[in-house]
Amino acid sequence: MEDRIEKRIELKAPVPRVWRALTDSREFGEWFGVKMNSPFVPGQVARGQITYPGYEHLTMEIVVQKMVPESLFSYTWHPYAVDPNTDYAQETPTLVEFKLEKTANGTLLVVTESGFDKIPARRRMEAFRKNEAGWTQQMRNIESYVTQS
Amino acid sequence: MSPRARTEADAWRAHAPVFAALGDRTRLSLVTKLRDGRSHSISELTSGSKLTRQAITKHLRVLESAGIVYSVRKGRTSLYEFDPEPIEHIREYLGLVSREWDRRLHRLKSFVES
Repeated sequence: MEDRIEKRIELKAPVPRVWRALTDSREFGEWFGVKMNSPFVPGQVARGQITYPGYEHLTMEIVVQKMVPESLFSYTWHPYAVDPNTDYAQETPTLVEFKLEKTANGTLLVVTESGFDKIPARRRMEAFRKNEAGWTQQMRNIESYVTQS
Repeated sequence: MSPRARTEADAWRAHAPVFAALGDRTRLSLVTKLRDGRSHSISELTSGSKLTRQAITKHLRVLESAGIVYSVRKGRTSLYEFDPEPIEHIREYLGLVSREWDRRLHRLKSFVES
Protein backbone atom coordinates (compact mmCIF):
# COMPACT_ATOMS: atom_id res chain seq x y z
CA MET A 1 0.00 0.00 0.00
CA GLU A 2 1.16 3.48 -0.89
CA ASP A 3 2.67 5.11 2.20
CA ARG A 4 3.46 8.47 0.65
CA ILE A 5 1.68 11.49 -0.72
CA GLU A 6 3.06 13.27 -3.75
CA LYS A 7 1.92 16.61 -5.15
CA ARG A 8 3.20 18.42 -8.22
CA ILE A 9 2.39 22.04 -8.88
CA GLU A 10 3.50 24.52 -11.54
CA LEU A 11 4.18 27.93 -10.10
CA LYS A 12 4.43 31.00 -12.31
CA ALA A 13 7.29 32.40 -10.28
CA PRO A 14 11.06 32.04 -10.64
CA VAL A 15 12.89 29.37 -8.62
CA PRO A 16 14.61 31.87 -6.24
CA ARG A 17 11.20 33.35 -5.35
CA VAL A 18 9.73 29.93 -4.54
CA TRP A 19 12.86 28.95 -2.61
CA ARG A 20 12.45 32.01 -0.42
CA ALA A 21 8.74 31.33 0.16
CA LEU A 22 9.66 27.84 1.36
CA THR A 23 12.81 28.40 3.38
CA ASP A 24 12.42 31.87 4.87
CA SER A 25 10.50 30.86 7.96
CA ARG A 26 8.54 34.11 8.03
CA GLU A 27 7.43 33.73 4.39
CA PHE A 28 6.73 30.03 4.95
CA GLY A 29 4.39 31.01 7.76
CA GLU A 30 2.50 33.45 5.52
CA TRP A 31 1.04 30.75 3.30
CA PHE A 32 1.28 27.83 5.71
CA GLY A 33 -0.63 29.61 8.46
CA VAL A 34 1.94 29.55 11.24
CA LYS A 35 4.12 32.12 12.98
CA MET A 36 7.57 30.54 13.25
CA ASN A 37 9.82 31.65 16.10
CA SER A 38 13.15 31.06 14.43
CA PRO A 39 14.79 30.71 11.02
CA PHE A 40 15.10 27.29 9.37
CA VAL A 41 18.50 25.70 9.93
CA PRO A 42 19.34 22.11 8.93
CA GLY A 43 19.42 19.79 11.94
CA GLN A 44 17.54 22.25 14.13
CA VAL A 45 14.05 22.33 15.53
CA ALA A 46 11.81 25.20 14.48
CA ARG A 47 8.62 25.92 16.39
CA GLY A 48 5.73 28.18 15.66
CA GLN A 49 2.25 29.13 16.68
CA ILE A 50 -0.58 28.18 14.35
CA THR A 51 -2.27 31.38 13.22
CA TYR A 52 -5.66 30.02 12.12
CA PRO A 53 -8.37 31.58 14.28
CA GLY A 54 -9.45 29.05 16.86
CA TYR A 55 -6.22 27.07 16.55
CA GLU A 56 -3.78 29.54 18.06
CA HIS A 57 -3.32 27.21 21.03
CA LEU A 58 -1.57 24.71 18.75
CA THR A 59 2.18 24.69 18.32
CA MET A 60 3.78 23.36 15.19
CA GLU A 61 7.20 21.80 15.41
CA ILE A 62 9.44 20.72 12.57
CA VAL A 63 13.01 19.43 12.41
CA VAL A 64 14.72 20.87 9.36
CA GLN A 65 16.64 18.17 7.49
CA LYS A 66 18.10 19.39 4.22
CA MET A 67 18.46 22.75 2.55
CA VAL A 68 20.12 22.41 -0.85
CA PRO A 69 19.83 25.95 -2.28
CA GLU A 70 17.04 26.35 -4.83
CA SER A 71 16.70 22.59 -5.19
CA LEU A 72 15.65 20.69 -2.05
CA PHE A 73 14.13 21.64 1.30
CA SER A 74 13.05 18.92 3.72
CA TYR A 75 11.86 18.53 7.28
CA THR A 76 10.33 15.92 9.56
CA TRP A 77 7.24 16.48 11.67
CA HIS A 78 4.17 14.87 13.13
CA PRO A 79 1.31 15.53 10.73
CA TYR A 80 -1.91 16.60 12.40
CA ALA A 81 -0.52 16.72 15.89
CA VAL A 82 -3.81 18.24 16.96
CA ASP A 83 -4.77 16.24 20.02
CA PRO A 84 -3.30 17.78 23.19
CA ASN A 85 -3.77 14.44 24.99
CA THR A 86 -1.53 12.48 22.64
CA ASP A 87 2.21 12.39 23.10
CA TYR A 88 3.32 12.59 19.48
CA ALA A 89 7.00 12.54 20.40
CA GLN A 90 6.60 8.77 20.88
CA GLU A 91 5.74 8.32 17.22
CA THR A 92 8.04 8.20 14.22
CA PRO A 93 7.66 11.46 12.29
CA THR A 94 6.93 11.70 8.58
CA LEU A 95 9.37 13.28 6.12
CA VAL A 96 8.25 16.24 4.01
CA GLU A 97 10.33 17.09 0.94
CA PHE A 98 10.01 20.06 -1.39
CA LYS A 99 11.88 19.66 -4.69
CA LEU A 100 12.21 22.57 -7.09
CA GLU A 101 12.85 22.48 -10.81
CA LYS A 102 13.13 25.35 -13.25
CA THR A 103 10.58 25.26 -16.08
CA ALA A 104 9.89 27.49 -19.10
CA ASN A 105 7.18 29.37 -17.20
CA GLY A 106 8.58 29.32 -13.70
CA THR A 107 9.01 26.52 -11.21
CA LEU A 108 7.82 22.95 -10.87
CA LEU A 109 7.40 22.12 -7.21
CA VAL A 110 7.13 18.49 -6.13
CA VAL A 111 6.09 17.88 -2.54
CA THR A 112 6.23 14.44 -0.98
CA GLU A 113 5.28 13.34 2.49
CA SER A 114 6.42 9.82 3.36
CA GLY A 115 6.73 7.43 6.26
CA PHE A 116 3.07 6.89 7.08
CA ASP A 117 3.75 3.20 7.64
CA LYS A 118 5.38 4.07 10.94
CA ILE A 119 2.48 5.84 12.58
CA PRO A 120 -0.45 4.23 14.37
CA ALA A 121 -3.02 5.34 11.85
CA ARG A 122 -6.17 4.72 13.82
CA ARG A 123 -5.09 6.79 16.78
CA ARG A 124 -4.11 9.65 14.50
CA MET A 125 -7.37 9.37 12.66
CA GLU A 126 -9.32 9.73 15.88
CA ALA A 127 -7.29 12.75 16.89
CA PHE A 128 -7.97 14.31 13.55
CA ARG A 129 -11.68 13.56 13.57
CA LYS A 130 -12.14 15.62 16.71
CA ASN A 131 -10.87 18.63 14.83
CA GLU A 132 -12.06 17.88 11.36
CA ALA A 133 -15.11 20.14 11.39
CA GLY A 134 -13.00 23.00 12.67
CA TRP A 135 -10.30 22.55 10.05
CA THR A 136 -12.84 22.41 7.22
CA GLN A 137 -14.27 25.72 8.35
CA GLN A 138 -10.80 27.25 8.64
CA MET A 139 -9.96 26.19 5.12
CA ARG A 140 -13.08 27.91 3.81
CA ASN A 141 -12.11 31.09 5.63
CA ILE A 142 -8.62 31.05 4.19
CA GLU A 143 -9.81 30.33 0.69
CA SER A 144 -12.16 33.30 0.76
CA TYR A 145 -9.38 35.46 2.22
CA VAL A 146 -6.94 34.49 -0.52
CA THR A 147 -9.42 35.00 -3.34
CA GLN A 148 -10.44 38.43 -2.01
CA SER A 149 -6.94 39.85 -1.68
CA MET B 1 -17.48 -12.65 14.85
CA SER B 2 -17.83 -13.07 18.60
CA PRO B 3 -17.95 -9.97 20.83
CA ARG B 4 -14.73 -11.12 22.46
CA ALA B 5 -12.88 -11.46 19.18
CA ARG B 6 -14.21 -8.07 18.18
CA THR B 7 -12.84 -6.42 21.33
CA GLU B 8 -9.48 -8.07 20.86
CA ALA B 9 -9.29 -7.00 17.27
CA ASP B 10 -10.15 -3.44 18.27
CA ALA B 11 -7.48 -3.41 20.95
CA TRP B 12 -4.90 -4.66 18.51
CA ARG B 13 -5.98 -2.24 15.89
CA ALA B 14 -5.54 0.75 18.14
CA HIS B 15 -1.75 0.42 17.95
CA ALA B 16 -1.33 -1.44 14.74
CA PRO B 17 0.75 -0.20 11.82
CA VAL B 18 -1.71 -1.04 9.07
CA PHE B 19 0.53 0.32 6.34
CA ALA B 20 3.40 -1.88 7.43
CA ALA B 21 1.18 -4.95 7.41
CA LEU B 22 0.15 -4.18 3.84
CA GLY B 23 3.65 -3.41 2.64
CA ASP B 24 4.32 -7.01 1.62
CA ARG B 25 3.41 -8.80 -1.59
CA THR B 26 2.28 -12.05 0.06
CA ARG B 27 0.09 -10.26 2.57
CA LEU B 28 -1.42 -8.09 -0.15
CA SER B 29 -2.32 -11.19 -2.14
CA LEU B 30 -3.88 -12.73 0.98
CA VAL B 31 -5.95 -9.59 1.46
CA THR B 32 -7.06 -9.80 -2.18
CA LYS B 33 -8.26 -13.37 -1.63
CA LEU B 34 -9.97 -12.52 1.64
CA ARG B 35 -11.76 -9.51 0.24
CA ASP B 36 -14.56 -11.68 -1.17
CA GLY B 37 -16.20 -11.46 2.26
CA ARG B 38 -16.15 -15.23 2.87
CA SER B 39 -14.24 -17.15 5.54
CA HIS B 40 -11.16 -18.98 4.33
CA SER B 41 -9.18 -21.80 5.91
CA ILE B 42 -5.39 -21.69 6.00
CA SER B 43 -5.31 -24.62 3.53
CA GLU B 44 -7.43 -22.63 1.07
CA LEU B 45 -5.17 -19.63 1.44
CA THR B 46 -2.02 -21.72 1.03
CA SER B 47 -3.17 -23.48 -2.18
CA GLY B 48 -1.83 -21.80 -5.28
CA SER B 49 1.01 -20.26 -3.27
CA LYS B 50 4.64 -21.34 -3.27
CA LEU B 51 4.82 -20.70 0.46
CA THR B 52 4.37 -23.25 3.21
CA ARG B 53 1.37 -23.38 5.47
CA GLN B 54 3.57 -22.09 8.31
CA ALA B 55 4.71 -19.10 6.29
CA ILE B 56 1.13 -18.22 5.32
CA THR B 57 0.05 -18.58 8.95
CA LYS B 58 2.79 -16.15 9.97
CA HIS B 59 1.61 -13.61 7.41
CA LEU B 60 -2.00 -14.04 8.53
CA ARG B 61 -0.92 -13.28 12.10
CA VAL B 62 0.67 -10.02 10.97
CA LEU B 63 -2.57 -9.07 9.19
CA GLU B 64 -4.54 -10.11 12.25
CA SER B 65 -2.43 -8.00 14.60
CA ALA B 66 -3.13 -5.00 12.36
CA GLY B 67 -6.86 -5.75 12.56
CA ILE B 68 -7.12 -6.31 8.80
CA VAL B 69 -8.25 -9.93 9.20
CA TYR B 70 -9.62 -11.86 12.14
CA SER B 71 -9.87 -15.56 12.81
CA VAL B 72 -12.84 -17.59 13.88
CA ARG B 73 -12.61 -21.16 15.17
CA LYS B 74 -14.75 -23.74 13.48
CA GLY B 75 -14.18 -26.99 15.33
CA ARG B 76 -10.44 -27.61 15.05
CA THR B 77 -9.96 -25.30 12.09
CA SER B 78 -9.15 -21.60 12.11
CA LEU B 79 -11.00 -19.62 9.48
CA TYR B 80 -9.93 -16.15 8.43
CA GLU B 81 -12.17 -13.25 7.49
CA PHE B 82 -11.47 -9.76 6.17
CA ASP B 83 -12.31 -6.58 8.11
CA PRO B 84 -12.41 -3.55 5.77
CA GLU B 85 -12.33 -0.95 8.55
CA PRO B 86 -8.57 -0.41 9.10
CA ILE B 87 -7.94 0.01 5.39
CA GLU B 88 -10.85 2.42 5.14
CA HIS B 89 -9.37 4.46 8.00
CA ILE B 90 -5.99 4.57 6.30
CA ARG B 91 -7.60 5.71 3.07
CA GLU B 92 -9.61 8.37 4.81
CA TYR B 93 -6.57 9.58 6.71
CA LEU B 94 -4.34 9.78 3.64
CA GLY B 95 -7.15 11.57 1.82
CA LEU B 96 -7.27 14.21 4.54
CA VAL B 97 -3.50 14.73 4.57
CA SER B 98 -3.55 14.90 0.78
CA ARG B 99 -6.34 17.50 0.64
CA GLU B 100 -4.53 19.53 3.27
CA TRP B 101 -1.47 19.66 0.98
CA ASP B 102 -3.69 20.72 -1.95
CA ARG B 103 -4.96 23.64 0.09
CA ARG B 104 -1.52 24.65 1.32
CA LEU B 105 -0.04 24.52 -2.17
CA HIS B 106 -2.97 26.54 -3.47
CA ARG B 107 -2.11 29.22 -0.91
CA LEU B 108 1.60 28.99 -1.80
CA LYS B 109 0.68 29.50 -5.45
CA SER B 110 -1.29 32.67 -4.69
CA PHE B 111 1.56 33.80 -2.43
CA VAL B 112 4.43 33.47 -4.91
CA GLU B 113 2.49 34.45 -8.02
CA SER B 114 1.07 37.70 -6.64
